[in-house]
Amino acid sequence: METKENKLSSEFLCGVELLKQGAEARLYRCHFLGRPSIVKERFHKRYRHPALDDKLSHRRTLQEVRSILRCRRAGILVPVVYFVDYSSNCIFLEEIVDSCTVREHIASSLCSNRELEQLVEQIGQILAKMHDEDVIHGDLTTSNMLLRPGQDDVVSQLFVIDFGLSYISSLPEDKGVDLYVLEKAFLSTHPTTEELFEKLLKSYVAASSKSLPVIRKLDEVRLRGRKRSMVG
Amino acid sequence: MSLRFMGHRKDTVCINVYLLAFSAAMPVVIGFEGSANKIGIGIIRDGEVLSNPRRTYITPPGQGFMPSDTARHHRAVILTVLKEALEQAGLKPADIDCVAYTKGPGMGAPLVTVALVARTVAQLWGTPLLGVNHCIGHIEMGRLITRADNPTVLYVSGGNTQVIAYSQRRYRIFGETIDIAVGNCLDRFARVIKISNDPSPGYNIEQMAKKGSQFVELPYTVKGMDVSFSGILSYIEDMSHKMLSSGQCTEEDLCFSLQETVFSMLVEITERAMAHCGSQEVLIVGGVGCNLRLQEMMGVMCKERGAKLFATDERFCIDNGAMIAQAGWEMFRSGQITELEDSWITQRYRTDAVEVTWRD
Ligand SMILES: Nc1ncnc2c1ncn2[C@@H]1O[C@H](COP(=O)(O)OP(=O)(O)OP(=O)(O)O)[C@@H](O)[C@H]1O
Ligand SMILES: [Mg+2]
Repeated sequence: METKENKLSSEFLCGVELLKQGAEARLYRCHFLGRPSIVKERFHKRYRHPALDDKLSHRRTLQEVRSILRCRRAGILVPVVYFVDYSSNCIFLEEIVDSCTVREHIASSLCSNRELEQLVEQIGQILAKMHDEDVIHGDLTTSNMLLRPGQDDVVSQLFVIDFGLSYISSLPEDKGVDLYVLEKAFLSTHPTTEELFEKLLKSYVAASSKSLPVIRKLDEVRLRGRKRSMVG
Repeated sequence: MSLRFMGHRKDTVCINVYLLAFSAAMPVVIGFEGSANKIGIGIIRDGEVLSNPRRTYITPPGQGFMPSDTARHHRAVILTVLKEALEQAGLKPADIDCVAYTKGPGMGAPLVTVALVARTVAQLWGTPLLGVNHCIGHIEMGRLITRADNPTVLYVSGGNTQVIAYSQRRYRIFGETIDIAVGNCLDRFARVIKISNDPSPGYNIEQMAKKGSQFVELPYTVKGMDVSFSGILSYIEDMSHKMLSSGQCTEEDLCFSLQETVFSMLVEITERAMAHCGSQEVLIVGGVGCNLRLQEMMGVMCKERGAKLFATDERFCIDNGAMIAQAGWEMFRSGQITELEDSWITQRYRTDAVEVTWRD
């Protein structure tokens, strides 16, 4: 079973260049029908039970493809899905060329305050749109957003990636937790950016038609976190 | 009255003691820990654990520990444990340079009990006091014992589930549980099927899991670098008796499946944080961290990433006094002390609330 899948993916992936080993997938750079692409392979995680592993890898591949399509239809910038192989849990994606992660961009501190503010406002707007489409990303971090800087009068483009933990839900609770996960990842990755994150939320609120109950839930989840007594 | 045996006073005014301690090549720190059902007192001299005795308040199967009963237990044994700590270290109160105690987080009544004794001996002995964050105690003890330099820390215990990494003078929380702690989930499952609390529910689940073979699918909830265990707990609370009485699976199978599921979640969020921070070291601390299956799974993950795993055994994983002494020692060395009027306790005290003055 395992060897068969490994063989399949190795056939697919021969002659490609390993780009990065992420947390749950290996990413390779290759060409798909002549176009620069990224192969995201959810390989076996040997630490977990095979039954659990198969289930998670398959479910996440499926979720990732579904949510990318849904976002794309809503006009949110995401990589195009070129091809999916469910037997080896490989997704062939458009490569977002000349991009860097938002995390790298913020950390490089090459940008001015004004630019940072514009960036987080853009993030807020995109997340508002995504949530209004009932897509819950499930793993919002600044590593999972790619920025292709604009030049001169071309505006910079922001792509959302890594939808493996995503799902569809209209519940304010799920959207609130989605923002909570981002807030924690954002503030722990980029120390002393509380004000910047507030700006992100502000632009989310301004751009979303259903933000009120979401923000209320966000406050609730934050409070739960602070109230937890953490014994032991 | 029973405090008498340690009523040895240093004949110096406080300020001199501080100066003395700072100039002393090897400050000796005693740590008092009692934030949950363990009471421990440990003595550390420059990274060397001189003594670390401990007692555990064990409740009957099916029962958790209540704050007031736990405090009563701690009160009853704390002076005996203190005597042991000094005797095993071969030290007199006059040899102690600083008294560290757990300021929080934890259960109110036991925290108060232990802090009171720490305050009292500090005054009797004329030594400075230091209020220590319990979670930081776990991290610093883990770093001391394993010599891990700058690891991604998985802190897992009865009350906490956090993935932590250090940056810019704070231990920052990258991921955590959004509801109950993993240890709490295990303990409460143990109560449902009446597994013994002696020596700990987690230990007994680990032993039973070794005999389980059938994997029962349970809810699996990872949200970014956060996890949630309440769904698994309520599912297993609802289903376990049905599944057991119908013969669909055994108690051992449930222990096995629960461990496989929750530990996979923990390894996954640790790996996410590592990928996010670009880290190549993992340190597991906290009571659940002495589970060998968890360590094994984490080891496999680390190997796949070319990373290194650091873990300790039950002496230092489970709450103990030395860890408070060690964090206290780091704080003391960097010039911190807690004034008597600031020596209160707090049930809520986040890991990232502490400024880490002892690391660059
Ligand atoms: N379509 C793409 N174009 C260009 N780069 C990409 C693309 N997809 C992913 N990457 C790069 O690979 C990294 C990891 O991708 P992704 O987040 O999808 O995988 P992952 O295994 O979930 O990783 P992690 O767990 O580290 O977030 C991204 O941060 C980005 O640098
Ligand atoms: Mg990612």
